[in-house]
Amino acid sequence: MISIQKEDFDPAAEYQRLRNSGAGTGAIATFTGLVRDSGDLSDVQGLYLEHYPGMTEQVIEGLIAEASSRWDVRQARVIHRVGRLPLQDQIVFVGVCSAHRSDAFAACEFLMDALKTSAPFWKKEVTAAGEHWVEQKTSDVARSDAWK
Amino acid sequence: MTADTITILFFARLREELDTERLTLPAQPGLTTGAILANLAERGGAWAQLQGKQPVMIAVNQAMAKLSTEVRAGDEVAFFPPVTGG
Repeated sequence: MISIQKEDFDPAAEYQRLRNSGAGTGAIATFTGLVRDSGDLSDVQGLYLEHYPGMTEQVIEGLIAEASSRWDVRQARVIHRVGRLPLQDQIVFVGVCSAHRSDAFAACEFLMDALKTSAPFWKKEVTAAGEHWVEQKTSDVARSDAWK
Repeated sequence: MTADTITILFFARLREELDTERLTLPAQPGLTTGAILANLAERGGAWAQLQGKQPVMIAVNQAMAKLSTEVRAGDEVAFFPPVTGG
């Protein structure tokens, strides 16, 4: 299930939903990304996030389908926030439940790496001096390409 | 959107710098996304960056596309900078 939303989310509630995915589930891996105070710029005060409604959901659906074909994925949950987010706010949640830990770890990391370089979201850093659209990192592209 | 036009969308830095979120262009036989970018770049000013050094990502009907992708009446074309979510 995929949610793109302005509102915050509750990782504990998401974890419980994954936990209730059936008796075949033996492992849950989750990742939560937060707004931090430095990125392209230092003294970041917050982020603004924009997305391409419709395409974003389709791309993530495709990534979940790919993860499910490569690993044992019982259920996958992706939440990504958009709009203005202050420091330390939650940005993104990826949760995967599998029979075994290796599949849960791999699918969760793959979804996060692939999302960063293929789902149409854009981040802008907000500082006291102004705003700056974040540049795509070659290190992020390399991490995503490593799964191919 | 009418039957004989193409909708063009811009996102993020491009949307801001071009001060344009959406355009409608007439459909033409054999029109490609690359030709649309070249035509728009001729407007000059901030539009010139559509043919500049910075990469421009292209989607047609919400799927990633190439400069050579042909667009038809009713299609939705989007131009945007490399993505930076997560």
